[in-house]
Amino acid sequence: MFVSNSIIMIKFKNISSITALAFLVISFTACTNEKKLPIYGQREAKIVKGADGTERVDTVYQTIPAFRFLNQDSTYITQYMFKGKIYVADFFFTSCTTICPTMHRNLKTVYEQYKGNPDILFLSHTIDFKYDKPSVLKKYAQKLGVDGPKWQFVYGSKDEVYNLAEKSYLTVVKEDSTATDGYIHQGWLVLIDKEKRMRGAYDGTKTEEVEKLKKDIVTLLAEEKK
Amino acid sequence: MRKTLLFVVFFITVCCMIYSCQNAGEIEQAKYMTGGKDLYTANCQNCHGANGEGLGELAPPLTDTTFLKENKVKLACIIKNGSSEGVVINGKSYQGKMPAFSKLHDIDVAQLVVYITNSFSNKQGMYTYEQVAKDLENCK
Ligand code: HEC
Repeated sequence: MFVSNSIIMIKFKNISSITALAFLVISFTACTNEKKLPIYGQREAKIVKGADGTERVDTVYQTIPAFRFLNQDSTYITQYMFKGKIYVADFFFTSCTTICPTMHRNLKTVYEQYKGNPDILFLSHTIDFKYDKPSVLKKYAQKLGVDGPKWQFVYGSKDEVYNLAEKSYLTVVKEDSTATDGYIHQGWLVLIDKEKRMRGAYDGTKTEEVEKLKKDIVTLLAEEKK
Repeated sequence: MRKTLLFVVFFITVCCMIYSCQNAGEIEQAKYMTGGKDLYTANCQNCHGANGEGLGELAPPLTDTTFLKENKVKLACIIKNGSSEGVVINGKSYQGKMPAFSKLHDIDVAQLVVYITNSFSNKQGMYTYEQVAKDLENCK
C-alpha cells in the first residue's frame, strides 16, 4: 500500500513538473515571437493630431532619404525598388583587397539563404566613384556569382554616396591616399526595415556577427508579417 | 660475439641519428606550418577562403595540386609581386588581380608556401627561405 502510494506520488510529481516545463517552454517561445529589433538613429518627438482632434506625442525615427543611383545594368534605381521590402546595405569598392572580399563572402551566404524570398534585397554601394562604373560593377557581380536583381550594386557621385553612408547608414567612408587601396571604410552590413529605418549593423568581416544578422533577419521578417 | 654486439650498437646509433634527423625536419616543417597558417589567415584568407576554396571567380582556389606543383618555383613571385596574368585553376580560367605582398620577408613567404602546398589536400613537403631568395631572382 505504502509502496504503490509513493509510486503514484512520483508519477504525480512528474506530471506536474512536465506541465511546469511545458509552460516555461511556451512562455519562452512566446517571448521570442514577441521579440523586436531595436530602431537605430536619431529620433524626434512630434506632436500629431488624432482624428478626433486630440493631440498626442509620436516618435519619428530616422529613415533613409530618397536616392537615385545607377546600378550594374546601367539603369537608375530609387527607393521604389525597396518598397515593402527589407534590405541589407553596405559600402565597398571592387578593387578593395582587404575587408571587402570577406564582407561579400559572408553576405553571399545570407543571399544564398534568401534566394527564393522576394521580401529581402541586397544593396551594395561603391565608394570608388573614379573607377567603379556600372560595367565594372557588373563584372564584379558576375564574378562574385550573384548577378541578378536581388543584389543591387550601385554607383553614384562622391557627395551623394559618402553623405548617405555617414549620415544615414552610420558607416564611415573616406578617401585616404595612405590607406592600402586608397580608401578607409567600415565593413558594416546594415539592416533596413520596410519603413526605411535602420534596425541593425553587423561587422561583415566577422562570422559571428553575420550569424547574428541571419537571426535578426528572421525576427524582422516575422515582425513585418504582422 | 663481440663483433655482433658492436655492430648492433652501431646499427642502433645510425638508426637513431636518421630518425632524429627526420624528426628535426618534421619539427621544422611543423613550425613553418603554424607560422604559415597565421600569415594566411591575416593576409590571404579574405580572398582565397579558410579552406582554400577561393571566392567565386574573383579569386582562384588553392586546391589545384597540379598547378601548385608545376608552378612551385613561381609561387614566391606571385605572393611577393602579385599577379594579374590570369591563371587556369582546376580547368577554370580566372582573370583577376592578386595584390603584391612586398612587405613580407623571405621567411614569411616560405612559411606561406609550405602552408598552402601542405593544406587543402595538397601534400608537397618542405620549402625553405633560402629557396625563396633563389626563386625571387627569377621572377618575370
Ligand atoms: C585581393 C584578393 C587576393 C588576396 C588578398 C590574395 N590573393 Fe592570391 N590570387 C588572387 C587572384 C585574383 C589570383 C589570380 C591572379 C591572376 O589571375 O594572375 C591569385 C592567385 C594566387 C595563386 C596562384 C593561383 C592558384 O590559385 O594557385 C596563389 C598561389 C596565391 N594567389 C596565393 C596567395 C597567398 C599566399 C596570399 C596571401 C599572402 C594571397 N594569394 C592573397 C587574389 C588574392
